[in-house]
Amino acid sequence: MAVCIAVIAKENYPLYIRSTPTENELKFHYMVHTSLDVVDEKISAMGKALVDQRELYLGLLYPTEDYKVYGYVTNSKVKFVMVVDSSNTALRDNEIRSMFRKLHNSYTDVMCNPFYNPGDRIQSRWALLPVSASSPGGPYFLCPYPVQVGPTSCVRSSPGGPYSCVRSSPGEPYSLCPIQSRAFDNMVTSMMIQVC
Amino acid sequence: MSPTQWDLPVELCCRPMAFVTLTGLDVVYNAVHRAVWDAFCANRRADRVPISFKVLPGDHEYPKCRPKRTSYEWYIPKGILKTGWMNKHLNLVPALVVVFYELDWDEPQWKEKQSECATRVEIVRQSLQGRNTKVAVVLIQKKTPLPPGEDVIASERAAALCNACELSGKSLFVLPHTDHLVGYIIRLENAFYEHAQTYYYTEIRRVKSHKEFLNKTTHQLLFVRHQFKIAFFSELKQDTQNALKNYRTAYNLVHELRAHETNILEIKTMAGFINYKICRLCFQHNTPLDAIAQFRKHIDLCKKKIGSAELSFEHAAWMSKQFQAFGDLFDEAIKLGLTAIQTQNPGFYYQQAAYYAQERKQLAKSLCNHEASIMYPNPDPLETQTGVLDFYGQRSWRQGILSFDLSDPEKEKVGVLAIQLKERNVAHSEIIITLLSNAVAQFKKYKCPRMKSHLMVQMGEEYYYAKDYTKALKLLDYVMCDYRSEGWWTLLTSILTTALKCSYLMAQLKDYITYSLELLGRASTLKDDQKSRIEKNLINVLMNESPDPEPDCDIFAVKTAQKLWADRISLAGSNIFTIGVQDFVPFVQCKAKFHAPSFHVDVPVEFDIYLKADCPHPIRFSKLCVSFNNQEYNQFCVIEEASKANEVLENPTQGKMCLVPGKTRKLLFKFVAKTEDVGKKIEITSVDLALGNETGRCVVLNWQGGGGDAASSQEALQAARSFKRRPKLPDNEVHWDSIIIQASTMIISRVPNISVHLRHEPPALTNEMYCLVVTVQSHEKTQIRDVKLTAGLKPGQDANLTQKTHVTLHGTELCDESYPALLTDIPVGDLHPGEQLEKMLYVRCGTVGSRMFLVYVSYLINITAEEKEIVCKCHKDETVTIETVFPFDVAVKFVSTKFEHLERVYADIPFLLMTDLLSASPWALTVVSSELQLAPSMTTVDQLESQVDNVVLQTGESASECFCLRCPSLGNVEGGVATGHYIISWKRTSAMENIPVIRTVITLPHVIVENIPLHVNADLPSFGRVRESLPVKYHLQNKTDFVQDVEISVEPSDAFMFSGLKQIRLRILPGTEQEMLYNFYPLMAGYQQLPSLNINLLRFPNFTNQLLRRFIPTSIFVKPQGRLMDDTSIAAA
Repeated sequence: MAVCIAVIAKENYPLYIRSTPTENELKFHYMVHTSLDVVDEKISAMGKALVDQRELYLGLLYPTEDYKVYGYVTNSKVKFVMVVDSSNTALRDNEIRSMFRKLHNSYTDVMCNPFYNPGDRIQSRWALLPVSASSPGGPYFLCPYPVQVGPTSCVRSSPGGPYSCVRSSPGEPYSLCPIQSRAFDNMVTSMMIQVC
Repeated sequence: MSPTQWDLPVELCCRPMAFVTLTGLDVVYNAVHRAVWDAFCANRRADRVPISFKVLPGDHEYPKCRPKRTSYEWYIPKGILKTGWMNKHLNLVPALVVVFYELDWDEPQWKEKQSECATRVEIVRQSLQGRNTKVAVVLIQKKTPLPPGEDVIASERAAALCNACELSGKSLFVLPHTDHLVGYIIRLENAFYEHAQTYYYTEIRRVKSHKEFLNKTTHQLLFVRHQFKIAFFSELKQDTQNALKNYRTAYNLVHELRAHETNILEIKTMAGFINYKICRLCFQHNTPLDAIAQFRKHIDLCKKKIGSAELSFEHAAWMSKQFQAFGDLFDEAIKLGLTAIQTQNPGFYYQQAAYYAQERKQLAKSLCNHEASIMYPNPDPLETQTGVLDFYGQRSWRQGILSFDLSDPEKEKVGVLAIQLKERNVAHSEIIITLLSNAVAQFKKYKCPRMKSHLMVQMGEEYYYAKDYTKALKLLDYVMCDYRSEGWWTLLTSILTTALKCSYLMAQLKDYITYSLELLGRASTLKDDQKSRIEKNLINVLMNESPDPEPDCDIFAVKTAQKLWADRISLAGSNIFTIGVQDFVPFVQCKAKFHAPSFHVDVPVEFDIYLKADCPHPIRFSKLCVSFNNQEYNQFCVIEEASKANEVLENPTQGKMCLVPGKTRKLLFKFVAKTEDVGKKIEITSVDLALGNETGRCVVLNWQGGGGDAASSQEALQAARSFKRRPKLPDNEVHWDSIIIQASTMIISRVPNISVHLRHEPPALTNEMYCLVVTVQSHEKTQIRDVKLTAGLKPGQDANLTQKTHVTLHGTELCDESYPALLTDIPVGDLHPGEQLEKMLYVRCGTVGSRMFLVYVSYLINITAEEKEIVCKCHKDETVTIETVFPFDVAVKFVSTKFEHLERVYADIPFLLMTDLLSASPWALTVVSSELQLAPSMTTVDQLESQVDNVVLQTGESASECFCLRCPSLGNVEGGVATGHYIISWKRTSAMENIPVIRTVITLPHVIVENIPLHVNADLPSFGRVRESLPVKYHLQNKTDFVQDVEISVEPSDAFMFSGLKQIRLRILPGTEQEMLYNFYPLMAGYQQLPSLNINLLRFPNFTNQLLRRFIPTSIFVKPQGRLMDDTSIAAA
């Protein structure tokens, strides 16, 4: 479907960028970066409109010979850029718009994740931090979000209660993967695979 | 085949104009003819008709016209469009031939001249045989012609000449050679233009007439050719609408042709031509959207028509040219007033053209990699007999062959080889760079900075491929900061990698080091193995050795580079490179942090330098120095380790000079601040970290301020936002993100070790000499010197307070305006440890309110800090807020002699002034004396002696005085009469003897004085006794200047009997007094009402008895009769 999907921070650095692995990644990085020229221009033109009437979807940013680049900007000036193959005629404006909306929802979930620090690059992994060194093997932390920890995953003691992560074998290195950004990853993957 | 094979032919790109030839003009030797020619061709502005003129001799041979085909049945066309056709109709075959001939109507030898002219026309006709070209004759005449119809000879001879030349009357013109030459010429050329249009019209008709003979099977090519010709003639006719229509038809016909590998180039070439014409006309008609749409359609149709795979670079070249040509057309249209936008401007077309040029290069690289032994074929298959092709887009070795089968595969192979070998010599990079720079210029214009940067990167890379490393580096270096500042690390890494290669290949030491530093840093997205390789190279370079070549570099270039590097080693010279890090992201990070925002001068200033390396292997630095705004401290903050060059990697984890990747290294520095810097800021201006040493090569990383590079501010922001828990680290380690740069500190004076006490009795009383006792006690271990006291009103308060506050050390005299509000630097000598001194200050506050007083004690002391003796200046200050209040309230009232309150006093009649002094001070006051200073208008009735001398008043107590005064008549004074001043001299009871007395002057209120016509006062004893005679004498004084009629009556009272006049009417003269004598005889004891005296003034009805009562007593106390008769009292009565 899409060949490249990118999330750009308010300050215009990339928060997340994924492209089809078959092609030159750098090319898409450049393409997304150059499209920010048009995004900037559109945002500055939009600046005068009232906030609540503002359309987040920016439409087609610019066409190249082989690709079409679409843009979307959230109210906090985080930009989504999607590159679509020009030959793909199945994708009309409405489809693109709804894809962006899905992406926005997914991104909102990422932002809601307490482990995510706004402005950080969106990635799936970071180190697991023990709550207290005094309880080796004990529950690591309690959190309202489902998380995955190394070989074990989080258990909910009661429905609706907090998740607790238990280390199964002490001493093993763990990595923590908050589901939220994995979900974002999965969403992007699904958008990129669908039609292809 | 020229290198510009893909360029569109000039005749296609120009604007077709009607072609008219002028004959019979001798522009070299004949001045008249020269003038005529100049008038035709000079200053052809846009408002002149579009004709291209050419001067030819009368006997010029025009291209021969081939005999007319009567049938197309057996005719098979060999191609679409002949290469010479457009040029032929633009520059060779005229629409009109004009014969210039000098002939006046009154020519004497008319006959001869006429026949000569006819001959000339005939010769022209001869060479134009078979063509529809028009012929016209212009007679150049010396005389101005008469108006038409008047010159009979002229019309006769004109008709005759037309006959002789077989011309219609419309084709004969007269050009009088007079002053108005240009005007005549313009009229002439308009006439020529009409003829030319007729010519092209007939040409179009002629081409159209062929159509009916054509059939779809064999004449497909002719359909395109004819349609193109019609369109082209329409253009010559300046009928652009029809030209566009016909080109569009031609375009569709081209794509209807059966395409095969053998003719695809011809089809594409023609499609490209026609497309160019259509786009050009669309822009000309100001319909740019049509042009863009046509171009898109054209590209979509042709994109896939690659043709022969072996020559696929030709397709890329053709595509590139299509985009470039469209870009040029677009740009030209913009220059003529079209407006483009950010997302639709010529830049995109140039960019795409560049992209295809790059593809061409790639394809050529893979298809033309023949071995050097393969020679260019001989004879050259690309050579033709005429040197040019017959038809556009055909192969030179099989021109005119329409068959799709290759008749001679061998010949084909040779031809392809020749093309491939030629392609190898094409300067592809040059083409690409030109296109890219065109695109850059456009994107710059349409606000696309990032697109511009991207194209510049591509240009840089292309220069790199073209081995122009200097230019490549220049471009890459220029755009790098854009990507860095926006944090696009992947892109930055890619650019840096290319830049590193360039700097390697040129053996540019400083650049090589800079790029390596950044590629090793945290902004680089390189894999660890690459980083280790770069680090190894960097260390090699620092040890004055050659680095290993970068991967994927041209082998020959690497060889040259290795030689250059070897030269660099032998070359002596400056081997120290200072690199400012604020503009990039090096692999060592630095943060400086003072331990505190301020340091006392007697305590050593301490700060840490934190260093962290992001490279894969430990690295040892040789020197670290810190610079300050006061450079004297620089010497104390240097770490240097004398290590040999080869030790850079040895014992990697030992010593504080070695940075272990990922670990934060803390280096502590200490120095003693100078006493001159007390109150100043010490700032770290830069941190220099040296890698390598002077014997090899040395890189000095220079951080401005307390560290931080191009990326650290954003990182610091993120770290500040983060609420991520940081894992616990061993005690002496810290998290890099948690270190906050603190690059400056204040030097503040040493903490004083003395005590300052203030003793006083607040509040202060207005104007008193308020005593403030300052006690200073030294708690220092050693003697303190040069103790100075500054005391007084704290500066920075209300300016009025300064005027009204005075401070002195001498309490024995009152201070006045000349005394300052603040006494500064009063020397009080030295103090031994534990010694105490006391100083008295006197403050005089002129106004009430609160004031802040400052007592500031400064001294010098010798201190040893870090084994250094320094003289510290210490100071301690105390402030105290003192309220100033009035010492007492003074109330003044006027009463009558009867102690009744008076609103006003009556002239000449005595009254009482009562003062009431109420102490408001919380401390006892001593009223030393008081004094009444009367105004001249007042006189006293008796002595003005103070009645309150040496009275001590406690809080709330009051002291009153009473003075009897009289005010002489002054007439009516507005606002009353001044009474005078009441002066109180006082001091605190507790104050010492020598403290001066304060005189407080109170201005007494004004009083209203009123005149009365008659004053009555009574002389009567202070008491009466029952049944004892009580003589009363009333004095009636006339205070007016008139004679007064007075009616007096005395009303009887129950308590008294009386004798005297009960009712009388009398006159009192002005200024005189009348006495009335009565003898009252009291009947009852007690406080009794006297018989009331009623006076009625006939002149002053306002004078009432009530007023009278104020002056005379109404009652008297009557004592009871004594038991014993007191003789003396009887005698007195």
